[in-house]
Amino acid sequence: MKIQINGRWYEAREGEMVLDVLRREGIDVPALCAHEAVEPYGACRLCMVEITHEDWGGWKGNVTSCLYPVEDKLIVQTHTEDIIELRKTVLNLLLARCPNSPEIQKLASEYGIDTTSFVPREDADNCIMCGLCTRVCTQMGFNAISVAGRGYGREIATPLKEAPPDCVGCLACVKICPTHHIQYEDIGTTREIWGRQFELVKCKQCGKALITREFADYLIENRDIPADYFDICDDCKRSGTARDFKKLVHWEEKEEAEEEVSA
Amino acid sequence: MKIDSPDKLNAWKEECLQKDAKLKKKVMVCFGPGCLAAGCREIYAKFEEILAERKLGDITLESFKKTGCHGLCEKGPLVVIEPEGIFYNRVRTSQVKDIVEKTLAKGEIIERLLYKNPKTKERVLKYHDIDFYKKQTRLALRNLGHIDPDNIEDYVMRDGYQSVAKVLTGMTPEEVIDEVKLSGIRGRGGGGFPAGRKWATCRGVESDVRYVICNGDEGDPGAFMDRSIMEGDPHSVLEGMIVASYAVGARDAYIYVREEYPLAVQHLYQAIDDAKEHGFLGENIMGTDFSLDIHISRGGGAFVCGESSALMKSVAGEVGEPRAKYIHSVVKGLWDKPTVLNNVETFANIPLIMNKGGDWFRSIGTEKSTGTKAFSLVGKVENTGLIEVPMGTTLREIIYDIGGGIKDGRKFKAVQTGGPSGGCLPEDKLDLPVDFDTLTKAGSMMGSGGMIVMDDHTCMVDVAKYFLKFLVDESCGKDVPCREGLYQLHKMVVKVTEGKASEADLQLMEHLSKYIIMGSLCGLGKSGPNPFLSTVRYFRDEYLAHIIDKKCPGGVCRDLIRFEINDKCTGCTACIAPCPVDAITGEKDKIHILDQEKCTKCGACYAVCQFDAIDII
Repeated sequence: MKIQINGRWYEAREGEMVLDVLRREGIDVPALCAHEAVEPYGACRLCMVEITHEDWGGWKGNVTSCLYPVEDKLIVQTHTEDIIELRKTVLNLLLARCPNSPEIQKLASEYGIDTTSFVPREDADNCIMCGLCTRVCTQMGFNAISVAGRGYGREIATPLKEAPPDCVGCLACVKICPTHHIQYEDIGTTREIWGRQFELVKCKQCGKALITREFADYLIENRDIPADYFDICDDCKRSGTARDFKKLVHWEEKEEAEEEVSA
Repeated sequence: MKIDSPDKLNAWKEECLQKDAKLKKKVMVCFGPGCLAAGCREIYAKFEEILAERKLGDITLESFKKTGCHGLCEKGPLVVIEPEGIFYNRVRTSQVKDIVEKTLAKGEIIERLLYKNPKTKERVLKYHDIDFYKKQTRLALRNLGHIDPDNIEDYVMRDGYQSVAKVLTGMTPEEVIDEVKLSGIRGRGGGGFPAGRKWATCRGVESDVRYVICNGDEGDPGAFMDRSIMEGDPHSVLEGMIVASYAVGARDAYIYVREEYPLAVQHLYQAIDDAKEHGFLGENIMGTDFSLDIHISRGGGAFVCGESSALMKSVAGEVGEPRAKYIHSVVKGLWDKPTVLNNVETFANIPLIMNKGGDWFRSIGTEKSTGTKAFSLVGKVENTGLIEVPMGTTLREIIYDIGGGIKDGRKFKAVQTGGPSGGCLPEDKLDLPVDFDTLTKAGSMMGSGGMIVMDDHTCMVDVAKYFLKFLVDESCGKDVPCREGLYQLHKMVVKVTEGKASEADLQLMEHLSKYIIMGSLCGLGKSGPNPFLSTVRYFRDEYLAHIIDKKCPGGVCRDLIRFEINDKCTGCTACIAPCPVDAITGEKDKIHILDQEKCTKCGACYAVCQFDAIDII
């Protein structure tokens, strides 16, 4: 099927969301809570676009592109006056929530907002409540963290705000966080995240810290990975392969040389 | 006893009627929310106590019924004596003995217990003659006050479960849907979507499983229509749900009811048990191959769980958060199956539509809003309570004729309809007919039926502040415009009440409101700025008075008012003791002095002064 975006026609596939097409085609629409690893959520509202269709009798609507499924001949406008004003308002609000976040500052300034018109949050941190961390945690199968509370007091929390029993220290939440708010620390062979400490598995050859024991055990048990997979780190595995390959090559050279001699 | 045919149901109804006819008198003690708070349990216990000691001829304890809400909550506890319809209000336990000895034993009327018309000051004997009841048309509330909700025989006697018999044994699901479509009934939960169309869509979706859900998560402050129906007439809700389930093809249905309504939960469980026992629920209802189970799902009291998609998540055991509804829940709802969700009042109307026909129903109300609507009429009116009027009744009729006008002879200022995210309408809108479309056009909405009347001692900015705070607290916080936007909007309204806002702030508030509405994910955010928008639309002067003159015309916002003692002061000293900060000094018979430095503007002196000697400036 084809959809029209800002006057040009693009190919789209059944089951895709409008944002998928926008991203594939490199059309600049901001989105802070959408990530290909997780289901769309519709929390940040930045990816809103205007849609219409020739069969809709002139009806137009503003929808979140991350959640709106494509349909043939859908007509999308990504930068109407109202949409731009909405993004400005959202960024203005996010800047009040996270005044110190470089990512939010940068995005807001792209939309011409350098200081917020609203009251900045006291004791502000850089969490924009996009929920990517909790959703990826669920997607990984752990459900170690979740959303707690509601409204302005909503927060990302561990059960009973204690060290989360179901966390395996995989860092999926850290890596997906768009504002780099979630912190962790690796000291020697110990990793600390969400107030819990994990022992790191060391490479048997070079001694480098690899992965938490809990995450390794989980993957071995659930993802069809050989039990000794995490004994040696990727670097050592690579150099091991190179060494074996070298031996093989040298062995061939040696045979050739012997053949020449015998000839 | 299983009722497995219409004939058996009619025979049982006849039996119940005969049993009832044997009761020479019936004493209906109201057990609605208002009367419970006013102490009806004690009244009932007193009747029991007296009856245990004293024989009253034909009148036994069976004659005493604990009924659902009679409606006139302002005057509770209420006791109605049938068949005469003698209406006793504000009954105290000390008067119970009199009721037994005089009215029940001798048929004498106790004058001082009768309702007093606030205008004419005359006592009214029977409740049909009270203005409050006279102007109402009670359909959804038809059984409230007339039956014991825990007694299925009371319900059957008043045509209970007749529609189930009629529909299951004589109509196809399509015919049922056509009848509902013909009636024109629109969802009573606030959205006003035509119920027939909803049912038809759901039935049309290819699926092996479909669900019906009743939304009993009434969360608007001051609203208790659905609560009263669930508490006072639970079977009518079940009956409506059975018809709906048959029409759309559901095998399981759910009632989502707030945990804060313990009596509703209790009565619904009892009703479900009784309905099962008599074969109205369970396998092969009415001897047909239609089977249905109704389950109760109890909500934790989050306001947002009244929103359909959040409600379905909550029923499924997930966090109650709304989702985008680009795919409607009639197509993909509970557990991703096609689901019909209607509210309590809508279901309570369904049996009537089935029994009397869609044509009859659409003859009531207006062309586009058919039938009646229940409201909880609260605030500064003489008769607060639960009412039901035909759609199209004007606000003036509701407030002045049924509500008896503004309390204490004060002046009307505004009426707030549609719950927290509804809007406030001023005096010149009083002649608007109450229906879905007119209220929306006027900047308010029907909502689920809350109606709060305000007098001239109300500050509209303060009202906006109150409702916004409610929404800030109840927003689930999922999306940015609702979570951050409403919070900031509330902060700015607070700034206005403190006299610290500028006209530029007012513009920013209007701008922000527009984009909260455009950007929010669910109905809560989309209507969230309404308390501000509707008050600024109709009472802009009042905002400007706060901003420019630094005055609060309603005399409410503490930072902008001061109390002063005028020369009407008789020196009675009544205000001296209540002042918590000893700001008032003075001797008997001399004009008192108020120290502005000390005064915290709590209003305690104003409340006790009998001589109008304290001005709010």
